[in-house]
Amino acid sequence: MPDVCLKTIEGGRATPASAPAPLLMQARGVSFRPQGKPLVDGIDLDIREGRRLIVMGSNGAGKSLLMRLLHGLIAPTSGEVVWRGKPLDRAAMREQAMVFQRPVMLRRSVIANLQFALAVRGIGGAERRRRVEEALEQARLGDLAKRPARVLSGGEQQRLALARALACTPRLLFLDEPTASLDPASTLAIENLISTAHARGITIVMITHDKGQARRLGDDIAFLHAGRLVETGPAARVLETPSSGAARAWLEGRLYLDDLSSPHTSPTP
Amino acid sequence: MQDFATTLGNAIGLILLGDADLIEIIALSLRVTLSAVVIACLIGLPLGALVGAFRFPGRAAVTVLLNALMGLPPVVVGLVVYLMLSAAGPLGPLRLLYTPTAMIIAQTILVTPIVAALTRQVIEDLHSEYAEQFASLGVGPLDRVAALLWDARYSLLTVALAGFGRAVAEVGAVIIVGGNINHVTRVMTTTIALETSKGNLELALALGVVLLAIAVIVNAAVMALRASAVRSAYA
Amino acid sequence: MFRRQFLSLALAGTLAATLAAGGSAPVSAADEKFIVVQSTTSTQNSGLFDHLLPIFKDKTGIDVRVVAVGTGQAIRNAANGDGDVLFVHARPAEEKFVAAGDGVKRHDVMYNDFVIVGPPSDPAGIAGSSDVVDALTRIAAAKAPFASRGDDSGTNKAELRLWKEAGIDVGAASGDWYRETGSGMGATLNTGTGMGAYIMTDRATWIAFGNKGDYTIAVQGDNRMFNQYGIILVNAEKHPNVKSELGQTFVDWVISEEGQAAIANYKVDGQQLFFPNAPAGS
Repeated sequence: MPDVCLKTIEGGRATPASAPAPLLMQARGVSFRPQGKPLVDGIDLDIREGRRLIVMGSNGAGKSLLMRLLHGLIAPTSGEVVWRGKPLDRAAMREQAMVFQRPVMLRRSVIANLQFALAVRGIGGAERRRRVEEALEQARLGDLAKRPARVLSGGEQQRLALARALACTPRLLFLDEPTASLDPASTLAIENLISTAHARGITIVMITHDKGQARRLGDDIAFLHAGRLVETGPAARVLETPSSGAARAWLEGRLYLDDLSSPHTSPTP
Repeated sequence: MQDFATTLGNAIGLILLGDADLIEIIALSLRVTLSAVVIACLIGLPLGALVGAFRFPGRAAVTVLLNALMGLPPVVVGLVVYLMLSAAGPLGPLRLLYTPTAMIIAQTILVTPIVAALTRQVIEDLHSEYAEQFASLGVGPLDRVAALLWDARYSLLTVALAGFGRAVAEVGAVIIVGGNINHVTRVMTTTIALETSKGNLELALALGVVLLAIAVIVNAAVMALRASAVRSAYA
Repeated sequence: MFRRQFLSLALAGTLAATLAAGGSAPVSAADEKFIVVQSTTSTQNSGLFDHLLPIFKDKTGIDVRVVAVGTGQAIRNAANGDGDVLFVHARPAEEKFVAAGDGVKRHDVMYNDFVIVGPPSDPAGIAGSSDVVDALTRIAAAKAPFASRGDDSGTNKAELRLWKEAGIDVGAASGDWYRETGSGMGATLNTGTGMGAYIMTDRATWIAFGNKGDYTIAVQGDNRMFNQYGIILVNAEKHPNVKSELGQTFVDWVISEEGQAAIANYKVDGQQLFFPNAPAGS
């Protein structure tokens, strides 16, 4: 494994985009080892301004943990996260936003959920009204503005969560499987919102299990296996010709167990 | 006991006819209890929210203490408050002994730990749901407590209700610090105690039914409010 | 929305302040003249105060606030300075109270008497007796249940004195046939009648008691069951909070001809409960 790991990371760094965007965020040897268990292990990762990075990997590979480490929700055991050249701090977190797999809705109306997120960032008055209006319109929730957020459907809730995150005008948006439990129509609405956000220049980091979604929305792909980054590269290349055994097995729909000396395959049920 | 129905009828009749003495007693009961509950909430809600929403050294000990204080014996609280407010005590110069204020103080001491301990539980549960989102949004400590209290408001109504139930039914503390003085500190529970000691069991029981009815009305009102909140998924 | 939260908080605060202010209203109304009298359950439960106090208030405008507890507790409260007047029935303890400097002077006010009430089955065979020592001896011999206040009240002290006179160590029988309720007179009557026990009570409380069941007076008319009430102004030299002037007004009125007549006039079911005996001209 270590050789693969080394190679792919180098490979990732060695594939600069034709016009390399400035570096926005960097993980340097980031590890998370509660009680010594290496759940996230020595991750080096560059995130460039305006790119859309898709994080893939099997359940338990450490995708969500990595995202929380990058966002600053948990502190790494070792290594560091660098945001625009400086260590990640509170101010940096305010330039980021995150949408969780299960949207967290405050026990308030749709509009109050939006107002809250803006209020805690000190945005009030006409500016807040303008942004709330805009968010409602973008998420097509105008008619539901006064409704309690928690009685919305799953798709509506996720649209609200995404609109709430975008209303804060982040430079970078983290998305942790935002469409995992949504129907196709709701998924499409979310994807459209993400694309719109990206078109406005927002950098995207998104976890998904959906290869089609990765192809539709991803510029780059980072593939995690057992807490390690085993492969990064342009989305099309990684999806078509994965170089790591783990990514290849996963993308081909096989089980890949690295605790055996050699790659082991078995048919998926 | 066969004329209990008659006595109860008479007691209800007295209320309906607006019997001045009985109305006075009920009004004082409500004033003392509601004041104590409101003050206990002003102290206990933020306190419980702080313990529920933040990790700090000694947090487990504070939680254990709050839970233990829920079981404070009213007579002990009454005695301590009496000793504080007695002319011979440190707060004697305030001259609060045998006043409704003394009763409010005693009940506040009884109710605050209940409100704080139950609030901690409610806020901790809600916080475990909100914590990541709050951290992601960069919600500061004060906003966090305020938002948790606001979002838990319907659950916290039930918490206040538990405090109300304890206070309104309490007799041991208020009879010591209030003195059960007619027209001054006589409330429902001390009247029931007095009538029982006079052997007027039917009247005491009828007053108990009136007390129960008040508790039922208050509970029903809060539960109706909460039911509408549940429909909005606010609770 | 934050404004709304703060508004509701502010509202709650205002409400609390209003309620608390309302709660202390009777105190802040300093103009109202009132005194606190530490007294016993027997005077309160018999309804005597409900009869006397309105008459006194009409005459003087002074509101008398009665804290009715056991004599022992009443004396302790007064010794803390938590009362202006002490009105109880345990002469030796009252004299000690004055001797300690807590009270100004003790005045006899009135008396009634103690009686022993019992169930119709009369297990000790004492019904109709007027010799209390003989009756207590028989109760002990029969090990018939006897409910005692056990609360250091005036009644309790009187009862223990009578047991001593009969030469019976009730401490040894405590929990057996001798049952100490540790409560007030009314509670002890409720408990005692429930367990079929003999109970010693003051006559006034018994007459006014509403839960007699089939109980009747078994023993009465013994001089040793005489129950004297005294009134004492709490000493302002030791307890500066005491409202000496208003308190003295009440003491003077209770032992005056008018006050004594009011006590004599109080009847329940046509029976006089208390017999005034303040020395004339005191």
